[in-house]
Amino acid sequence: MADVLQQVVSGIASGGVYALLALALVLIYRSTGVVNFAQGEMAMFSTFVCWELLDRGLPYWVAFFLTLAISFVGGVLIERLVIHTVSRSQALTVVTVTIGLLILLNGAAAWIWKGEQRTLENPFPSDTFDVGGVVIAAQDLGIIGVSLAIVLVLWAFFQRTRVGLALRAAALNPASSRLHGVRVSWMLALGWGLAAVLGAVAGILVAPTQGSFDQNLMLPVLIFAFAAAVLGGLDSPIGAVVGGVVLGVVLNLVGAYIDFFADLRLPAALLLILGILLLRPNGLFGRSVVKRV
Amino acid sequence: MPLLELEDVEARYGAVQALHGITLDVGERQVVSVLGANGAGKTTTLRAISGTVRRSGGLRFDGKTLPRSPEAVARLGIAHVPEGRGTFAELSVDENLKLGAYTRRDRSGYASDYEELLKHFPWLAERRDQQAGTLSGGEQQMLALARAFMARPRLILVDEPSLGLAPLIVKQLFDVLRAWIDEHGMSALVVEQNANVALEHSERGYVLEVGRVAVEGTADELRGNESVRRSYLGY
Repeated sequence: MADVLQQVVSGIASGGVYALLALALVLIYRSTGVVNFAQGEMAMFSTFVCWELLDRGLPYWVAFFLTLAISFVGGVLIERLVIHTVSRSQALTVVTVTIGLLILLNGAAAWIWKGEQRTLENPFPSDTFDVGGVVIAAQDLGIIGVSLAIVLVLWAFFQRTRVGLALRAAALNPASSRLHGVRVSWMLALGWGLAAVLGAVAGILVAPTQGSFDQNLMLPVLIFAFAAAVLGGLDSPIGAVVGGVVLGVVLNLVGAYIDFFADLRLPAALLLILGILLLRPNGLFGRSVVKRV
Repeated sequence: MPLLELEDVEARYGAVQALHGITLDVGERQVVSVLGANGAGKTTTLRAISGTVRRSGGLRFDGKTLPRSPEAVARLGIAHVPEGRGTFAELSVDENLKLGAYTRRDRSGYASDYEELLKHFPWLAERRDQQAGTLSGGEQQMLALARAFMARPRLILVDEPSLGLAPLIVKQLFDVLRAWIDEHGMSALVVEQNANVALEHSERGYVLEVGRVAVEGTADELRGNESVRRSYLGY
């Protein structure tokens, strides 16, 4: 039993990372109406930025928050310079552009950082705690704590602030929002900025758990995040968080007790995406759009 | 000087020209109605003002040329209650009202306006946390007006408030609109199919026909006009 609980806690930790990236996907899906395939690579790029800042000798948390700020600006710029210019096209065009961004960012990171394996500093101690026989890693607790804090801050921003409300309104009813003076196109850019920040946190948290990383760090994580977002419902922020945590725990438990499954986690996630899209396309928390006329 | 002046305004949807040169004005503290049959260009006239359709010609608000983007027009103090009511269906009634006040910075003014709003629409209090999409059509129309009021605009554009509503509710809507406008020194331009109720609450009116002004005058003049009476008032 203690062993199971242990696996659950570390599952929640990896699930927290999936949840952050899934939230980023949901944020952009709700405002721009497309799945941002470049989300993982944006996160990877941010992780490299953090590594670079640390490599130049900045203290960890300074580098951390500076990376978030840089990521925010980067996300806003990507929307303004790239996505905005194709925003009037069909969804397929925008999706294709995000795939282009994926390849571009991956290539750029490989070029700038030479495609070598890097190690990102781990902000959390390698201690473990024994809570009634359950051994919990400080790193897992740290990841859970940071993820939770980010989710709560984001929730408060959306629910409690004027700009957060305008951002939601702009996604739900852009035409009416403009009539109320909301600068909708800047709200979309703000959404991309926030998504980039979420991705950055996910990347910075996940990189140390992998030992070393290169420009392909986030490719598998994006698949898990996508599975989490689809599981929760692509338009549901709560769904993304729940989906991420559930996916993290389940994959971890199954991986721990079924030997061969560890290698099958990615295909399993893809199968899950396929299954949900076929059987319940709105996920657990998503709503099908019913318009009252 | 009138608050709003349109001079020879044209507008088109793709290849279809909807306005062929509209000239009208709205004075301070006036309610002006725009009447006409379907397709006469009533809705397009409002959309030309708020910048939600491409237009050309002279459009001046308080003597200054109107900007092209809807958000900039809104920030000047023009609230547009659009066709379809513009409800944020997934948001709560309270959030809808807050969006109405989005361009405002004075928190205390918002609170006192909300209290005043409750006098006209007491049901808002108990529905405050309800999803706006679950309101009835009449309630959504009232909410749309309320959102516009919360912006404390100088001019309110209202598009067919009577559409699909019972006569009693229509009268109530117009009464509240008139009362609020008189109370706060605002002006309104109201597009309406129901000419009787509209003229009853207006100082002046315009009748549009295929994108042009066919008749204009005070409410009494329009009521006295033989062809207007036969075509739009029904007696």
